[in-house]
Amino acid sequence: MPSNDERWLDAEAGPVVRPYALTQGRTRHAGEAFDLVATVSATHGRVTDPGALSPEHVSVLHLARMPTTVVDIASDVDLPLGVVRILLADLRELGLVAIHAPVPTKPRQVDRNTLREVLHGLRAL
Amino acid sequence: MAYGRFEAAGMAPRRHRAIKILLAGGFGVGKTTLVGAVSEIKPLRTEEPLTESSLRTDNTAGVERKTTTTVAMDFGRITLREDLVLYLFGTPGQERFWFMWDELALGALGAVVLADTRRLAGSFPAIDYFERRDIPFIVALNCFDGSRRYEKEDVRVALDLDPGLPIVLCDARSRESAKEVLIALVEHVLSVADEPVSR
Repeated sequence: MPSNDERWLDAEAGPVVRPYALTQGRTRHAGEAFDLVATVSATHGRVTDPGALSPEHVSVLHLARMPTTVVDIASDVDLPLGVVRILLADLRELGLVAIHAPVPTKPRQVDRNTLREVLHGLRAL
Repeated sequence: MAYGRFEAAGMAPRRHRAIKILLAGGFGVGKTTLVGAVSEIKPLRTEEPLTESSLRTDNTAGVERKTTTTVAMDFGRITLREDLVLYLFGTPGQERFWFMWDELALGALGAVVLADTRRLAGSFPAIDYFERRDIPFIVALNCFDGSRRYEKEDVRVALDLDPGLPIVLCDARSRESAKEVLIALVEHVLSVADEPVSR
């Protein structure tokens, strides 16, 4: 039951907490940079200090139980990409997730077999 | 459970082959429609600190606090195989959000510039961007009902495009048509992959 102070807020009002409040104001994450489509997977390591994790960290960790990408996580937790990146970097520092760079697809240096697979897949849609 | 994730429990984290394709074009040209026609569309927001260059265009002179901006992006995914997923990113049309483009463009397979023949000039910035960065792209003309049909070659001249650059006609609302656009892009990427890199 929401208190009287909160009752006028609904989804239309937008996020009640400014997104960067979730990251203690940090707008840049620590450690190595990672791509939007990098694969994130939980390491299933032990959480030694549960107090270090916010509910948002826990949600992100939950989504990474199966390998998934940074953008998919951002979309599924409904938090801005920049915030999700910081949360992921925190989890990586705690050893709870591993982040793998995507297979490089530099322009003009693409793997032709992958491209053919993409073509085949698109035609079969 | 969202589909496209790895289903086998305990499977070693295999490299997820994520193919990134950009969809650019002026405002109102049908980017959202095209993403929705061909892929599972997903909400994606990004809240980013404004960079110095965007601060200049935003004219926030005198504002001392750190400024961030929220951008809603068109984002869609097409699962081609369990480990092969195509991600479509609609690049924000307004120039003040272009600081995001560089990150989006990094590692992108290629781009589709969606153009409206009634407002061809709206596609100039995107074409210029991809040409400068040597990112393979094609131009897709979204043929709205009632929009004047131009010959592809007239469009090529108007947009000053290279003779070898594919121009395709499409209906952004149609799944088949949107698929053909993506196929045309991948075929183009395959064809230019043979060319030596000009530096």
